[in-house]
Amino acid sequence: MANWVLKGLLSGIKSSDYPRAGDDAPGVSPGRPVGTRLNSTTAAEQLVARCPTAAIARADGGVAVDHGRCVHCFRCRRDVAEPAEWQQGFEWGAYAGEPALRKLAKIFGRSLHVRFVDAGACGACMSEARQINNPYYNMHRLGIFTTPTPRNADVLLVAGPVSDAMRLPLRKTYEALPTPKRVVAIGACAASGGIFGPSFAAAAGAAGIIPVDVVVPGCPPPPLAILHGLLLAVERKPPSALMSPPPQRTTEPA
Amino acid sequence: MAVLERIADNTAGSASFAELCRSLWADKAVATEDKAARLCRLECGVNTLPDVCQWLTRDLDFIFATLIVEQTARPGWSLTYVFYKDAASPWVHVAVQLDAGVSALPSLVGLAHGPSFDWHERETEDLFGLKFEGHPRLGEFVLHEDWPEGVNPMRRDFDARARFVPRARDPRWEPPTVVVDPGAFTMPVGPVFSDFAESAHFLLETVGEDVIRTIPRFFYKYRGVEKIAEGQPADRALLLAERFSGIAAFAHGLAFCQAVEAICGVAPPPRARALRTALAELERLRSHAAAITGICNSTALAVATSQAALIEESLLRLSCEATGHRYLFGAVVPGGIACDPAEPNCRHLVAAVEEIAEGLRNLLRMLRYSSSFLDRLEGVGVVADGYARSYGLVGPIARACGVARDIRKLFPYAAYSAVDFSVPVEQEGDGYARLRVLFREAEQSVAIIHDVLSSLPQGPVRLDQIRPRAGAALAAVEAPLGAAFHWLRLDQDGKVARYRVTPPSFTNWHGFHIAAENFAFQDFPIILASFGLSNAECDR
Ligand code: SF4
Repeated sequence: MANWVLKGLLSGIKSSDYPRAGDDAPGVSPGRPVGTRLNSTTAAEQLVARCPTAAIARADGGVAVDHGRCVHCFRCRRDVAEPAEWQQGFEWGAYAGEPALRKLAKIFGRSLHVRFVDAGACGACMSEARQINNPYYNMHRLGIFTTPTPRNADVLLVAGPVSDAMRLPLRKTYEALPTPKRVVAIGACAASGGIFGPSFAAAAGAAGIIPVDVVVPGCPPPPLAILHGLLLAVERKPPSALMSPPPQRTTEPA
Repeated sequence: MAVLERIADNTAGSASFAELCRSLWADKAVATEDKAARLCRLECGVNTLPDVCQWLTRDLDFIFATLIVEQTARPGWSLTYVFYKDAASPWVHVAVQLDAGVSALPSLVGLAHGPSFDWHERETEDLFGLKFEGHPRLGEFVLHEDWPEGVNPMRRDFDARARFVPRARDPRWEPPTVVVDPGAFTMPVGPVFSDFAESAHFLLETVGEDVIRTIPRFFYKYRGVEKIAEGQPADRALLLAERFSGIAAFAHGLAFCQAVEAICGVAPPPRARALRTALAELERLRSHAAAITGICNSTALAVATSQAALIEESLLRLSCEATGHRYLFGAVVPGGIACDPAEPNCRHLVAAVEEIAEGLRNLLRMLRYSSSFLDRLEGVGVVADGYARSYGLVGPIARACGVARDIRKLFPYAAYSAVDFSVPVEQEGDGYARLRVLFREAEQSVAIIHDVLSSLPQGPVRLDQIRPRAGAALAAVEAPLGAAFHWLRLDQDGKVARYRVTPPSFTNWHGFHIAAENFAFQDFPIILASFGLSNAECDR
């Protein structure tokens, strides 16, 4: 008989330090492009032309990035005159609209139940969502659990552009959640339709179908970004922004 | 008998195969060959089609790969049935033309290996509006019941940007009666079910304790990838190829790039081919680790699940270190590879995957001694002998029931012809056989990564410029879940005129119902996990 208990104990504790501290282990996040100051306008135009999803736009002194549209294709980083700046980290969760007065932390307390809906996701978002259950990220230590029924859920986690056939199931699942409830949309597809929507077969993201509170951009967002989005939904972490303008020029020292 | 003997002598090379076709089908079909592409093309009339396909599948044991439907410039349709067999046989493309007014042709589901044509015909009927006479179950396949009749999105005149085709639900609509056994009823599962399950729907027909049969329903995730790719420049469509199934992004991206390269008549440099091989195996390793995690999880073996999940996460991090992306997005480009790992990175990768191989060996050793685990997998979800062939099943699922077919050996691409590896096969066709195939293939992947990266050729990793050309090509790769076929046609501006993808999950989901018959309710998640298929990949 295999001794699984011993095996488990011998593996030791693997959990990430996040959210108590940061986590910069290699490979936990692909990072992402952010607003960049550029020296030349042609370089800025090149980046705008390279970006396949119109996530990059000209802005004062450089380019701005719309994280909700970025699909991590690296084309603004490789083989260009001036690459977009790439930022490590993963605290990407942002409020989808104007954050209402929430004060939900009390209501949800320290335990949060999540129902996941796949609305046409490619599998990578789903895989990353599944990873928050693995021993490295271990959502249970943060009081986050998945639940098989929407009736017991506080948060609806949705991925995918919302394919045509998933509109109705998504809306029904949303309606089945008791109030108060929060919706966290993960991935570029759920944020903006990504490279699929809007089209005859898919919508332009979850917000067109149900009210969305928090968006976690990324293609796919890494597990820690998804955790950040969940913590943000219950105000246990501050938000990031969906738009990233180029940094303001600081006055040069004389 | 003489014919069969001649066949036996003649399947050896594509040259003689075309001659054989000529001698047998002289007045009924025109055979041409393309030696460079190892391809024999047989053009015939609609009435001869069933005979030719019967001959290929029943007499010669060819396997049906995919059906490519194209709307031709001269009003009408061109249908190409693609077959393949083994390392000694060519691709066989059986092509028929339909005139504009004709929208029906004979169904092939009644032939030997008929089931392998089934889903392709249903899909074509839904998306193109072509009818297959004699097919027992047409309609409501990719497009569900509330999609308007007669609107066929793959036709040229359908606008892909049209938002949400307006429709009214017919209040009288009811699901078709499917219950066969007396006293049985159906229990619906899905499309939203379980913790992190992909959207799919299963009707489990049961008399109370056991499930008699499973009627699956897919395409909840249909995103119309083949349609929205049309008119896009190749480098934009590459994003679709990578992202329609994010967990096999590299394999599908690679197939797409190989098709572009075949059309433009270029070959990537040796270093790129070697790196492609290494990254494809890294993806397979990660995908197999994920499947193993899923199987352990389905049997509620918590520590084993954690151990496998740790391995999976390590592989995701390694992929990120090697290419910048945890799922290898953006790594493959037409003409080569977008990132060139330095020597120390390659050494680090080799050392890390070898450690992972050791972890997998330990895990398997412990699983083998966990009788409670084995009890739940052995004899569960059996794909009976013969079905793998008649359904044309691919990948680890086919290899777990004795079919040693692997595109890496049959039609070597990247650097596979230069590496030494074996294709593991098991015979039982049950969940345990599939698990063992996964472990054994993972072992092979580690060996391939080691081989390729320790003798990496020097030089560039991508071609400078590729001049777009008009043309069409079929590319095949062995994706982690099995054979994937990508057919691409580019116009003279390098824009996509037609993109046809037949992913392994499409082929293998079709066979799922065979494994999901007469089982106990609690085994359902185990059967699902041991198939380990992706709906994103199947639905596209
Ligand atoms: S990585 Fe994002 S911002 Fe950069 S080109 Fe690709 S989609 Fe655009």
